[in-house]
Amino acid sequence: MGMTISQKILAAHAGRDFVEPGELLNCKLDIVLGNDVTAPVAISEFKRLELDKVFDRDKIVLVPDHFAPNKDIKSAEQCKIMRDFAGQYGIKNYFEIGQMGIEHCLLPEQGLVLPGDLIIGADSHTCTYGALGAFATGVGSTDMAAGMATGEAWFKVPESIKFIYYGKLPEWISGKDLILHTIGDIGVEGARYMSMEFTGEVIKNLSIDNRFTMANMAIEAGGKNGIIEADDITLDYVKSRARRPFAIFRSDQDAVYCEIREYDVSKLEPVVAFPHLPENTRPISQAAGVALDQVVIGSCTNGRIEDLKIAAGILKGRKVHPEIRTIILPGTQQVYLEALRKGYIEIFIEAGAAVSTPTCGPCLGGHMGILAKGEKALATTNRNFVGRMGHPESEVYLSSPAVAAASAVKGKITAPWEV
Amino acid sequence: MVFSGKVHKFGADIDTDAIIPARYLNTFDPRELARHCMEDADPEFPSKVQPGDIIVADKNFGCGSSREHAPIAIKGASISCVIAKSFARIFYRNCINIGLPILECSAAAEAIEEGDEVQVDLETGKIVNLRTSEEYQAIPFPDFMQQIMDKGGLINYVRDK
Repeated sequence: MGMTISQKILAAHAGRDFVEPGELLNCKLDIVLGNDVTAPVAISEFKRLELDKVFDRDKIVLVPDHFAPNKDIKSAEQCKIMRDFAGQYGIKNYFEIGQMGIEHCLLPEQGLVLPGDLIIGADSHTCTYGALGAFATGVGSTDMAAGMATGEAWFKVPESIKFIYYGKLPEWISGKDLILHTIGDIGVEGARYMSMEFTGEVIKNLSIDNRFTMANMAIEAGGKNGIIEADDITLDYVKSRARRPFAIFRSDQDAVYCEIREYDVSKLEPVVAFPHLPENTRPISQAAGVALDQVVIGSCTNGRIEDLKIAAGILKGRKVHPEIRTIILPGTQQVYLEALRKGYIEIFIEAGAAVSTPTCGPCLGGHMGILAKGEKALATTNRNFVGRMGHPESEVYLSSPAVAAASAVKGKITAPWEV
Repeated sequence: MVFSGKVHKFGADIDTDAIIPARYLNTFDPRELARHCMEDADPEFPSKVQPGDIIVADKNFGCGSSREHAPIAIKGASISCVIAKSFARIFYRNCINIGLPILECSAAAEAIEEGDEVQVDLETGKIVNLRTSEEYQAIPFPDFMQQIMDKGGLINYVRDK
Protein backbone atom coordinates (compact mmCIF):
# COMPACT_ATOMS: atom_id res chain seq x y z
CA MET A 1 0.00 0.00 0.00
CA GLY A 2 1.41 3.36 -1.00
CA MET A 3 1.38 6.66 0.84
CA THR A 4 0.06 10.09 0.00
CA ILE A 5 2.42 13.08 0.00
CA SER A 6 1.00 14.09 3.40
CA GLN A 7 1.68 10.65 4.90
CA LYS A 8 5.21 10.72 3.48
CA ILE A 9 6.10 14.10 4.95
CA LEU A 10 4.75 13.14 8.38
CA ALA A 11 6.55 9.78 8.23
CA ALA A 12 9.84 11.43 7.29
CA HIS A 13 9.56 13.82 10.25
CA ALA A 14 8.73 11.00 12.66
CA GLY A 15 11.67 8.86 11.54
CA ARG A 16 9.34 6.25 10.08
CA ASP A 17 9.21 4.47 6.72
CA PHE A 18 5.46 4.04 6.69
CA VAL A 19 2.54 5.59 8.54
CA GLU A 20 -1.18 5.00 8.25
CA PRO A 21 -4.10 7.40 8.57
CA GLY A 22 -5.30 7.54 12.17
CA GLU A 23 -1.89 6.90 13.72
CA LEU A 24 -0.67 9.38 16.32
CA LEU A 25 2.89 10.53 15.72
CA ASN A 26 5.41 12.75 17.38
CA CYS A 27 7.14 14.73 14.63
CA LYS A 28 10.10 17.06 14.30
CA LEU A 29 9.20 20.54 13.07
CA ASP A 30 10.97 22.68 10.48
CA ILE A 31 9.19 25.95 11.30
CA VAL A 32 7.05 27.19 14.21
CA LEU A 33 5.11 30.39 13.47
CA GLY A 34 3.10 32.88 15.49
CA ASN A 35 1.57 36.35 15.13
CA ASP A 36 0.68 39.27 17.38
CA VAL A 37 -2.66 37.69 18.40
CA THR A 38 -1.49 34.13 19.02
CA ALA A 39 2.19 34.45 20.00
CA PRO A 40 1.60 36.44 23.24
CA VAL A 41 -0.56 33.55 24.54
CA ALA A 42 2.11 31.07 23.42
CA ILE A 43 4.86 33.12 25.07
CA SER A 44 2.92 33.18 28.34
CA GLU A 45 2.58 29.36 28.18
CA PHE A 46 6.22 28.93 27.10
CA LYS A 47 7.37 30.90 30.15
CA ARG A 48 5.61 28.39 32.42
CA LEU A 49 8.22 25.87 31.25
CA GLU A 50 11.01 28.06 32.70
CA LEU A 51 13.42 27.41 29.83
CA ASP A 52 16.31 29.71 29.02
CA LYS A 53 16.23 28.93 25.30
CA VAL A 54 13.97 27.88 22.46
CA PHE A 55 14.63 24.64 20.56
CA ASP A 56 16.17 26.48 17.59
CA ARG A 57 16.14 30.24 17.20
CA ASP A 58 16.39 30.02 13.39
CA LYS A 59 13.22 27.92 13.13
CA ILE A 60 10.79 30.20 14.93
CA VAL A 61 9.06 32.95 12.98
CA LEU A 62 7.20 35.83 14.64
CA VAL A 63 5.19 38.29 12.56
CA PRO A 64 3.15 41.20 13.91
CA ASP A 65 0.50 41.38 11.18
CA HIS A 66 -3.02 41.07 12.61
CA PHE A 67 -3.48 44.28 14.60
CA ALA A 68 -0.22 45.82 13.38
CA PRO A 69 0.85 48.52 12.82
CA ASN A 70 -0.55 48.68 16.35
CA LYS A 71 -4.20 49.64 16.15
CA ASP A 72 -4.62 50.52 19.83
CA ILE A 73 -2.82 50.43 23.15
CA LYS A 74 -3.72 46.81 23.94
CA SER A 75 -2.46 45.69 20.52
CA ALA A 76 0.71 47.68 21.09
CA GLU A 77 1.22 45.79 24.35
CA GLN A 78 0.71 42.44 22.59
CA CYS A 79 3.20 43.34 19.86
CA LYS A 80 5.64 44.44 22.55
CA ILE A 81 5.39 41.05 24.30
CA MET A 82 6.37 39.42 21.02
CA ARG A 83 9.15 41.91 20.23
CA ASP A 84 10.64 41.57 23.73
CA PHE A 85 10.51 37.78 23.53
CA ALA A 86 12.21 37.82 20.12
CA GLY A 87 14.98 40.00 21.56
CA GLN A 88 15.40 37.99 24.75
CA TYR A 89 15.56 34.61 23.01
CA GLY A 90 17.45 35.78 19.93
CA ILE A 91 14.69 34.81 17.48
CA LYS A 92 16.21 35.54 14.08
CA ASN A 93 13.00 35.68 12.09
CA TYR A 94 11.11 38.42 13.85
CA PHE A 95 9.79 40.88 11.27
CA GLU A 96 9.38 44.45 12.49
CA ILE A 97 6.98 46.96 10.94
CA GLY A 98 8.67 48.07 7.73
CA GLN A 99 9.87 44.53 6.98
CA MET A 100 6.81 42.59 7.97
CA GLY A 101 4.03 41.43 5.72
CA ILE A 102 0.98 39.23 6.11
CA GLU A 103 2.60 36.09 7.50
CA HIS A 104 1.39 33.66 4.84
CA CYS A 105 2.54 35.96 2.04
CA LEU A 106 5.80 36.72 3.83
CA LEU A 107 7.18 33.30 4.81
CA PRO A 108 7.19 31.77 1.30
CA GLU A 109 8.55 35.03 -0.18
CA GLN A 110 11.44 35.01 2.31
CA GLY A 111 12.23 31.36 1.57
CA LEU A 112 11.47 30.37 5.17
CA VAL A 113 9.10 27.57 4.17
CA LEU A 114 10.13 25.03 1.56
CA PRO A 115 8.92 21.86 -0.15
CA GLY A 116 8.87 18.82 2.12
CA ASP A 117 8.81 20.89 5.31
CA LEU A 118 6.64 20.16 8.32
CA ILE A 119 5.32 23.47 9.62
CA ILE A 120 2.98 24.45 12.43
CA GLY A 121 1.68 27.97 12.83
CA ALA A 122 -0.57 29.49 15.44
CA ASP A 123 -2.82 30.76 12.69
CA SER A 124 -5.39 28.68 10.87
CA HIS A 125 -4.22 29.79 7.42
CA THR A 126 -0.80 28.22 7.95
CA CYS A 127 -2.09 25.59 5.50
CA THR A 128 -1.13 28.09 2.74
CA TYR A 129 2.42 26.62 2.53
CA GLY A 130 1.00 23.35 1.25
CA ALA A 131 1.14 25.12 -2.13
CA LEU A 132 4.90 24.45 -2.07
CA GLY A 133 4.50 20.73 -1.36
CA ALA A 134 5.01 21.17 2.39
CA PHE A 135 2.81 19.79 5.17
CA ALA A 136 1.66 22.92 6.99
CA THR A 137 -1.15 23.17 9.49
CA GLY A 138 -2.70 25.64 11.89
CA VAL A 139 -2.53 25.02 15.62
CA GLY A 140 -3.33 26.96 18.77
CA SER A 141 -0.99 28.94 20.97
CA THR A 142 -0.25 26.12 23.42
CA ASP A 143 0.90 23.87 20.57
CA MET A 144 3.06 26.74 19.39
CA ALA A 145 4.54 27.09 22.89
CA ALA A 146 5.34 23.37 23.09
CA GLY A 147 6.75 23.55 19.56
CA MET A 148 9.04 26.45 20.47
CA ALA A 149 10.27 24.48 23.49
CA THR A 150 10.74 21.03 21.99
CA GLY A 151 10.79 21.45 18.21
CA GLU A 152 8.15 18.74 18.09
CA ALA A 153 4.41 18.35 17.89
CA TRP A 154 1.94 15.47 17.88
CA PHE A 155 -0.11 14.74 14.79
CA LYS A 156 -2.86 12.35 13.88
CA VAL A 157 -2.05 11.16 10.35
CA PRO A 158 -4.97 12.43 8.28
CA GLU A 159 -6.90 10.62 5.60
CA SER A 160 -6.65 12.36 2.23
CA ILE A 161 -9.19 13.55 -0.30
CA LYS A 162 -7.83 13.92 -3.82
CA PHE A 163 -9.26 16.76 -5.88
CA ILE A 164 -8.62 16.49 -9.61
CA TYR A 165 -9.21 19.58 -11.76
CA TYR A 166 -9.29 19.11 -15.52
CA GLY A 167 -10.40 20.98 -18.63
CA LYS A 168 -9.51 24.39 -20.02
CA LEU A 169 -9.52 27.13 -17.43
CA PRO A 170 -11.81 29.91 -18.75
CA GLU A 171 -10.68 33.53 -18.78
CA TRP A 172 -11.11 35.28 -15.40
CA ILE A 173 -11.17 32.00 -13.47
CA SER A 174 -8.52 31.92 -10.76
CA GLY A 175 -7.38 29.70 -7.91
CA LYS A 176 -9.88 31.55 -5.73
CA ASP A 177 -12.77 30.43 -7.91
CA LEU A 178 -11.50 26.84 -7.91
CA ILE A 179 -11.23 26.68 -4.13
CA LEU A 180 -14.55 28.49 -3.50
CA HIS A 181 -16.22 26.11 -5.93
CA THR A 182 -14.66 23.16 -4.09
CA ILE A 183 -15.75 24.42 -0.66
CA GLY A 184 -19.22 25.06 -2.06
CA ASP A 185 -19.26 21.45 -3.21
CA ILE A 186 -18.01 19.67 -0.06
CA GLY A 187 -19.08 22.17 2.62
CA VAL A 188 -17.27 23.81 5.53
CA GLU A 189 -16.65 20.49 7.24
CA GLY A 190 -16.31 18.41 4.07
CA ALA A 191 -12.63 17.81 4.74
CA ARG A 192 -12.69 17.99 8.54
CA TYR A 193 -9.49 16.49 9.93
CA MET A 194 -8.39 15.52 6.42
CA SER A 195 -5.70 16.38 3.96
CA MET A 196 -6.88 18.05 0.74
CA GLU A 197 -4.61 17.13 -2.14
CA PHE A 198 -5.06 19.33 -5.21
CA THR A 199 -4.04 17.70 -8.49
CA GLY A 200 -4.79 17.48 -12.20
CA GLU A 201 -3.80 19.28 -15.39
CA VAL A 202 -5.31 22.58 -14.24
CA ILE A 203 -3.22 22.60 -11.06
CA LYS A 204 -0.07 21.63 -12.99
CA ASN A 205 -0.48 24.79 -15.06
CA LEU A 206 -1.60 27.03 -12.22
CA SER A 207 0.72 29.85 -11.11
CA ILE A 208 2.30 29.73 -7.68
CA ASP A 209 0.22 32.70 -6.42
CA ASN A 210 -2.99 30.93 -7.40
CA ARG A 211 -1.76 27.76 -5.72
CA PHE A 212 -1.19 29.69 -2.48
CA THR A 213 -4.78 30.92 -2.69
CA MET A 214 -6.08 27.38 -3.00
CA ALA A 215 -4.02 25.82 -0.22
CA ASN A 216 -4.82 28.84 1.98
CA MET A 217 -8.51 28.04 2.06
CA ALA A 218 -8.24 24.30 2.85
CA ILE A 219 -9.11 25.21 6.44
CA GLU A 220 -12.42 26.69 5.24
CA ALA A 221 -13.48 23.14 4.33
CA GLY A 222 -12.24 21.97 7.74
CA GLY A 223 -9.05 20.53 6.21
CA LYS A 224 -5.99 19.81 8.30
CA ASN A 225 -3.83 20.79 5.36
CA GLY A 226 -4.05 21.54 1.66
CA ILE A 227 -1.21 20.30 -0.49
CA ILE A 228 0.09 20.45 -4.06
CA GLU A 229 3.10 18.41 -5.17
CA ALA A 230 6.15 20.50 -5.96
CA ASP A 231 6.95 20.78 -9.68
CA ASP A 232 8.89 23.08 -11.99
CA ILE A 233 6.63 26.03 -11.16
CA THR A 234 7.35 25.45 -7.45
CA LEU A 235 11.09 25.07 -8.03
CA ASP A 236 11.14 28.24 -10.10
CA TYR A 237 9.67 30.05 -7.11
CA VAL A 238 11.81 28.52 -4.36
CA LYS A 239 15.22 28.12 -5.99
CA SER A 240 16.26 31.76 -5.61
CA ARG A 241 14.80 31.96 -2.09
CA ALA A 242 15.87 28.75 -0.35
CA ARG A 243 18.83 29.04 1.98
CA ARG A 244 18.72 25.42 3.16
CA PRO A 245 18.21 22.03 1.51
CA PHE A 246 14.68 20.76 0.96
CA ALA A 247 13.03 17.54 -0.12
CA ILE A 248 10.41 16.78 -2.74
CA PHE A 249 7.72 14.24 -1.90
CA ARG A 250 5.13 12.79 -4.25
CA SER A 251 2.10 10.63 -3.63
CA ASP A 252 2.52 6.99 -4.65
CA GLN A 253 0.49 5.63 -7.56
CA ASP A 254 -1.18 3.22 -5.13
CA ALA A 255 -1.71 5.77 -2.34
CA VAL A 256 -5.07 5.37 -0.63
CA TYR A 257 -7.62 8.20 -0.67
CA CYS A 258 -10.85 8.20 1.31
CA GLU A 259 -12.44 10.09 -1.55
CA ILE A 260 -11.60 11.35 -5.04
CA ARG A 261 -13.49 14.27 -6.53
CA GLU A 262 -13.12 15.51 -10.08
CA TYR A 263 -14.04 18.90 -11.45
CA ASP A 264 -14.32 19.91 -15.10
CA VAL A 265 -13.37 23.59 -14.93
CA SER A 266 -14.20 24.43 -18.57
CA LYS A 267 -17.66 25.77 -17.80
CA LEU A 268 -16.84 27.30 -14.44
CA GLU A 269 -17.99 30.88 -13.79
CA PRO A 270 -16.37 33.21 -11.25
CA VAL A 271 -17.65 32.19 -7.81
CA VAL A 272 -18.97 34.39 -4.98
CA ALA A 273 -19.52 33.09 -1.44
CA PHE A 274 -22.54 34.68 0.23
CA PRO A 275 -22.86 35.39 3.96
CA HIS A 276 -22.26 33.81 6.39
CA LEU A 277 -20.23 30.74 5.41
CA PRO A 278 -17.62 30.16 2.67
CA GLU A 279 -19.72 27.18 1.48
CA ASN A 280 -22.62 29.45 0.44
CA THR A 281 -21.26 29.80 -3.07
CA ARG A 282 -23.03 30.97 -6.19
CA PRO A 283 -21.80 31.43 -9.75
CA ILE A 284 -21.48 35.11 -10.68
CA SER A 285 -24.55 34.85 -12.94
CA GLN A 286 -26.62 34.24 -9.79
CA ALA A 287 -24.72 36.72 -7.63
CA ALA A 288 -24.54 39.88 -9.69
CA GLY A 289 -26.32 43.00 -8.54
CA VAL A 290 -25.80 42.89 -4.76
CA ALA A 291 -25.18 46.54 -3.78
CA LEU A 292 -21.96 47.09 -1.80
CA ASP A 293 -20.47 49.61 0.62
CA GLN A 294 -16.89 48.39 0.58
CA VAL A 295 -14.47 46.32 -1.48
CA VAL A 296 -11.31 44.83 0.05
CA ILE A 297 -8.52 43.40 -2.09
CA GLY A 298 -5.69 41.73 -0.19
CA SER A 299 -5.16 39.25 2.68
CA CYS A 300 -3.18 36.03 3.01
CA THR A 301 -5.57 34.59 0.43
CA ASN A 302 -5.22 37.20 -2.33
CA GLY A 303 -2.58 39.80 -1.40
CA ARG A 304 0.14 38.70 -3.82
CA ILE A 305 1.51 40.43 -6.92
CA GLU A 306 -0.58 38.45 -9.39
CA ASP A 307 -3.73 39.40 -7.46
CA LEU A 308 -2.80 43.08 -7.60
CA LYS A 309 -1.91 42.79 -11.27
CA ILE A 310 -5.40 41.50 -12.07
CA ALA A 311 -7.03 44.24 -9.99
CA ALA A 312 -4.85 46.88 -11.68
CA GLY A 313 -5.76 45.51 -15.13
CA ILE A 314 -9.42 46.15 -14.39
CA LEU A 315 -9.05 49.45 -12.54
CA LYS A 316 -6.67 51.01 -15.08
CA GLY A 317 -8.21 54.16 -16.51
CA ARG A 318 -11.39 53.65 -14.49
CA LYS A 319 -12.76 55.06 -11.25
CA VAL A 320 -14.19 53.10 -8.38
CA HIS A 321 -17.87 53.82 -7.78
CA PRO A 322 -18.19 57.04 -5.73
CA GLU A 323 -20.21 55.33 -3.01
CA ILE A 324 -17.76 52.46 -2.55
CA ARG A 325 -14.80 52.45 -0.19
CA THR A 326 -12.13 50.40 -1.98
CA ILE A 327 -9.23 49.28 0.17
CA ILE A 328 -6.24 47.49 -1.31
CA LEU A 329 -3.65 45.84 0.94
CA PRO A 330 -0.47 44.45 -0.64
CA GLY A 331 0.56 41.31 1.27
CA THR A 332 4.18 42.26 1.93
CA GLN A 333 6.57 45.17 1.54
CA GLN A 334 8.12 43.42 -1.45
CA VAL A 335 4.71 42.98 -3.10
CA TYR A 336 4.00 46.66 -2.35
CA LEU A 337 7.30 47.75 -3.91
CA GLU A 338 6.83 45.59 -6.97
CA ALA A 339 3.28 46.91 -7.39
CA LEU A 340 4.66 50.42 -7.08
CA ARG A 341 7.36 49.81 -9.69
CA LYS A 342 4.91 48.20 -12.09
CA GLY A 343 2.56 51.16 -11.80
CA TYR A 344 -0.28 49.31 -10.07
CA ILE A 345 -0.28 51.56 -7.01
CA GLU A 346 -0.65 54.63 -9.24
CA ILE A 347 -3.56 52.96 -11.02
CA PHE A 348 -5.24 52.18 -7.68
CA ILE A 349 -4.85 55.70 -6.33
CA GLU A 350 -5.99 57.31 -9.58
CA ALA A 351 -9.02 55.01 -9.51
CA GLY A 352 -9.90 56.33 -6.07
CA ALA A 353 -8.87 53.31 -4.01
CA ALA A 354 -7.03 53.49 -0.70
CA VAL A 355 -3.76 51.55 -0.52
CA SER A 356 -2.61 50.32 2.88
CA THR A 357 0.61 49.05 4.37
CA PRO A 358 0.51 45.23 4.71
CA THR A 359 -1.80 44.03 7.50
CA CYS A 360 -4.50 41.41 8.08
CA GLY A 361 -6.55 44.42 9.23
CA PRO A 362 -10.09 44.32 7.88
CA CYS A 363 -10.14 40.58 7.04
CA LEU A 364 -10.79 39.70 10.68
CA GLY A 365 -12.49 42.93 11.66
CA GLY A 366 -9.33 44.29 13.25
CA HIS A 367 -8.82 47.71 11.70
CA MET A 368 -8.37 49.51 8.34
CA GLY A 369 -11.92 49.06 7.09
CA ILE A 370 -14.46 47.93 9.69
CA LEU A 371 -18.11 47.66 8.63
CA ALA A 372 -21.03 49.47 10.27
CA LYS A 373 -24.38 47.84 11.01
CA GLY A 374 -26.10 46.70 7.85
CA GLU A 375 -23.14 47.37 5.54
CA LYS A 376 -22.01 44.93 2.86
CA ALA A 377 -18.48 44.25 1.70
CA LEU A 378 -17.05 42.16 -1.11
CA ALA A 379 -13.61 40.91 -0.13
CA THR A 380 -10.89 38.71 -1.58
CA THR A 381 -10.38 37.36 1.94
CA ASN A 382 -11.21 33.87 3.21
CA ARG A 383 -14.07 34.05 5.73
CA ASN A 384 -17.50 35.62 5.77
CA PHE A 385 -18.71 34.57 9.21
CA VAL A 386 -21.17 36.72 11.18
CA GLY A 387 -19.36 39.89 12.29
CA ARG A 388 -16.11 38.88 10.61
CA MET A 389 -15.38 42.36 9.22
CA GLY A 390 -17.12 44.43 11.86
CA HIS A 391 -20.67 44.83 13.11
CA PRO A 392 -22.49 41.53 13.77
CA GLU A 393 -25.20 42.74 11.38
CA SER A 394 -22.81 43.52 8.53
CA GLU A 395 -22.23 41.14 5.62
CA VAL A 396 -19.15 39.84 3.82
CA TYR A 397 -19.12 38.30 0.34
CA LEU A 398 -16.01 36.49 -0.91
CA SER A 399 -14.59 36.53 -4.43
CA SER A 400 -11.51 36.66 -6.62
CA PRO A 401 -9.58 39.91 -7.16
CA ALA A 402 -11.07 40.19 -10.67
CA VAL A 403 -14.65 40.14 -9.42
CA ALA A 404 -13.74 42.44 -6.52
CA ALA A 405 -12.13 45.05 -8.81
CA ALA A 406 -15.02 44.96 -11.30
CA SER A 407 -17.50 45.26 -8.44
CA ALA A 408 -15.63 48.25 -7.01
CA VAL A 409 -16.13 50.04 -10.34
CA LYS A 410 -19.83 49.24 -10.59
CA GLY A 411 -20.72 49.55 -6.90
CA LYS A 412 -22.38 46.16 -6.91
CA ILE A 413 -21.29 42.56 -7.45
CA THR A 414 -20.26 42.45 -11.10
CA ALA A 415 -18.63 39.98 -13.48
CA PRO A 416 -15.14 41.07 -14.62
CA TRP A 417 -16.16 41.13 -18.30
CA GLU A 418 -18.86 43.71 -17.62
CA VAL A 419 -16.60 46.69 -16.98
CA MET B 1 -15.14 13.47 37.35
CA VAL B 2 -18.94 13.66 37.41
CA PHE B 3 -20.76 16.99 37.30
CA SER B 4 -24.01 18.46 36.08
CA GLY B 5 -25.07 21.77 34.60
CA LYS B 6 -27.71 23.65 32.70
CA VAL B 7 -27.58 23.52 28.90
CA HIS B 8 -27.13 26.37 26.43
CA LYS B 9 -27.92 25.02 23.00
CA PHE B 10 -26.29 26.20 19.76
CA GLY B 11 -26.61 25.22 16.10
CA ALA B 12 -24.18 23.96 13.45
CA ASP B 13 -20.86 25.50 12.35
CA ILE B 14 -20.46 27.84 15.34
CA ASP B 15 -17.21 29.52 14.32
CA THR B 16 -14.49 30.98 16.50
CA ASP B 17 -15.51 34.51 15.51
CA ALA B 18 -18.90 33.76 17.08
CA ILE B 19 -17.27 32.26 20.18
CA ILE B 20 -15.00 35.27 20.62
CA PRO B 21 -15.09 38.03 18.01
CA ALA B 22 -11.71 39.23 16.74
CA ARG B 23 -12.42 42.75 18.00
CA TYR B 24 -11.61 41.43 21.49
CA LEU B 25 -8.40 39.62 20.58
CA ASN B 26 -6.18 42.47 21.70
CA THR B 27 -6.10 40.75 25.09
CA PHE B 28 -5.93 37.16 26.33
CA ASP B 29 -7.21 37.78 29.85
CA PRO B 30 -9.75 34.94 30.44
CA ARG B 31 -12.12 37.16 32.49
CA GLU B 32 -12.21 39.85 29.84
CA LEU B 33 -12.69 37.32 27.03
CA ALA B 34 -15.46 35.63 29.06
CA ARG B 35 -17.41 38.91 29.09
CA HIS B 36 -17.78 38.58 25.28
CA CYS B 37 -18.04 34.80 25.01
CA MET B 38 -20.55 33.66 22.31
CA GLU B 39 -21.62 37.29 21.96
CA ASP B 40 -22.18 37.25 18.19
CA ALA B 41 -24.15 33.98 18.38
CA ASP B 42 -26.26 35.02 21.40
CA PRO B 43 -25.76 38.57 22.74
CA GLU B 44 -27.39 37.56 26.07
CA PHE B 45 -25.03 34.65 26.67
CA PRO B 46 -22.33 36.42 28.73
CA SER B 47 -24.93 37.79 31.16
CA LYS B 48 -26.99 34.62 31.57
CA VAL B 49 -24.26 31.96 31.77
CA GLN B 50 -23.70 30.47 35.23
CA PRO B 51 -20.59 28.63 36.48
CA GLY B 52 -20.84 24.93 35.60
CA ASP B 53 -23.24 25.42 32.67
CA ILE B 54 -22.80 23.21 29.62
CA ILE B 55 -22.74 24.14 25.92
CA VAL B 56 -24.41 21.67 23.56
CA ALA B 57 -24.00 22.28 19.83
CA ASP B 58 -24.51 20.69 16.45
CA LYS B 59 -21.72 19.78 13.99
CA ASN B 60 -18.35 21.44 13.40
CA PHE B 61 -18.25 23.50 16.62
CA GLY B 62 -15.27 25.88 16.71
CA CYS B 63 -14.60 26.07 12.98
CA GLY B 64 -12.51 28.88 11.56
CA SER B 65 -9.59 30.54 13.26
CA SER B 66 -6.91 28.87 15.39
CA ARG B 67 -7.39 31.42 18.18
CA GLU B 68 -6.96 29.72 21.52
CA HIS B 69 -8.89 32.70 22.87
CA ALA B 70 -12.04 30.74 21.91
CA PRO B 71 -11.64 27.86 24.40
CA ILE B 72 -10.05 30.32 26.87
CA ALA B 73 -13.21 32.47 26.68
CA ILE B 74 -15.45 29.43 27.23
CA LYS B 75 -13.30 28.23 30.12
CA GLY B 76 -13.19 31.78 31.46
CA ALA B 77 -17.01 31.85 31.45
CA SER B 78 -16.81 28.77 33.76
CA ILE B 79 -18.53 26.47 31.26
CA SER B 80 -17.85 22.97 32.56
CA CYS B 81 -17.93 21.17 29.24
CA VAL B 82 -18.89 21.39 25.56
CA ILE B 83 -20.87 18.58 23.93
CA ALA B 84 -21.19 18.63 20.13
CA LYS B 85 -21.94 16.38 17.18
CA SER B 86 -18.43 17.16 15.98
CA PHE B 87 -15.65 19.67 16.55
CA ALA B 88 -13.39 21.52 14.11
CA ARG B 89 -9.91 20.09 14.49
CA ILE B 90 -7.86 23.08 15.70
CA PHE B 91 -10.51 23.93 18.28
CA TYR B 92 -10.61 20.28 19.42
CA ARG B 93 -6.84 20.25 19.80
CA ASN B 94 -6.83 23.56 21.65
CA CYS B 95 -9.40 22.29 24.15
CA ILE B 96 -7.26 19.25 24.96
CA ASN B 97 -4.17 21.42 25.22
CA ILE B 98 -5.72 23.87 27.71
CA GLY B 99 -7.85 21.33 29.58
CA LEU B 100 -11.37 22.39 28.55
CA PRO B 101 -13.50 19.21 28.63
CA ILE B 102 -15.23 18.41 25.33
CA LEU B 103 -17.35 15.45 24.33
CA GLU B 104 -18.29 14.31 20.84
CA CYS B 105 -21.74 12.71 20.81
CA SER B 106 -24.27 13.04 17.98
CA ALA B 107 -27.22 11.50 19.83
CA ALA B 108 -26.79 13.76 22.86
CA ALA B 109 -26.30 16.85 20.70
CA GLU B 110 -29.48 16.01 18.84
CA ALA B 111 -31.77 15.23 21.76
CA ILE B 112 -30.69 17.58 24.52
CA GLU B 113 -32.61 20.85 24.59
CA GLU B 114 -31.98 24.40 25.75
CA GLY B 115 -32.36 24.64 29.52
CA ASP B 116 -32.05 20.89 30.19
CA GLU B 117 -30.04 19.78 33.21
CA VAL B 118 -27.35 17.36 32.05
CA GLN B 119 -24.95 15.13 33.98
CA VAL B 120 -21.55 14.26 32.50
CA ASP B 121 -19.02 11.63 33.54
CA LEU B 122 -15.75 12.68 31.92
CA GLU B 123 -13.98 9.38 32.63
CA THR B 124 -16.57 7.13 31.01
CA GLY B 125 -17.98 9.66 28.54
CA LYS B 126 -21.50 8.95 29.82
CA ILE B 127 -23.98 11.82 29.39
CA VAL B 128 -27.38 11.77 31.17
CA ASN B 129 -30.21 14.18 30.45
CA LEU B 130 -31.67 14.63 33.94
CA ARG B 131 -34.97 15.94 32.52
CA THR B 132 -35.69 12.88 30.39
CA SER B 133 -33.32 10.37 32.11
CA GLU B 134 -32.00 9.48 28.66
CA GLU B 135 -28.36 8.30 28.53
CA TYR B 136 -25.79 8.81 25.81
CA GLN B 137 -22.24 7.58 25.26
CA ALA B 138 -19.61 9.99 23.91
CA ILE B 139 -16.71 8.84 21.72
CA PRO B 140 -13.78 8.10 24.08
CA PHE B 141 -10.46 9.97 23.69
CA PRO B 142 -7.36 8.14 22.47
CA ASP B 143 -5.05 7.27 25.42
CA PHE B 144 -2.46 9.81 24.40
CA MET B 145 -4.93 12.71 24.49
CA GLN B 146 -6.37 11.43 27.74
CA GLN B 147 -2.85 11.59 29.21
CA ILE B 148 -2.51 15.25 28.16
CA MET B 149 -5.86 16.06 29.73
CA ASP B 150 -5.02 14.14 32.89
CA LYS B 151 -1.92 16.30 33.27
CA GLY B 152 -4.09 19.42 32.97
CA GLY B 153 -2.93 20.38 29.49
CA LEU B 154 -0.03 20.15 27.04
CA ILE B 155 2.41 22.43 28.88
CA ASN B 156 2.26 20.31 32.04
CA TYR B 157 2.60 17.21 29.87
CA VAL B 158 5.71 18.60 28.14
CA ARG B 159 7.22 19.74 31.45
CA ASP B 160 6.82 16.32 33.04
CA LYS B 161 8.25 14.51 30.04
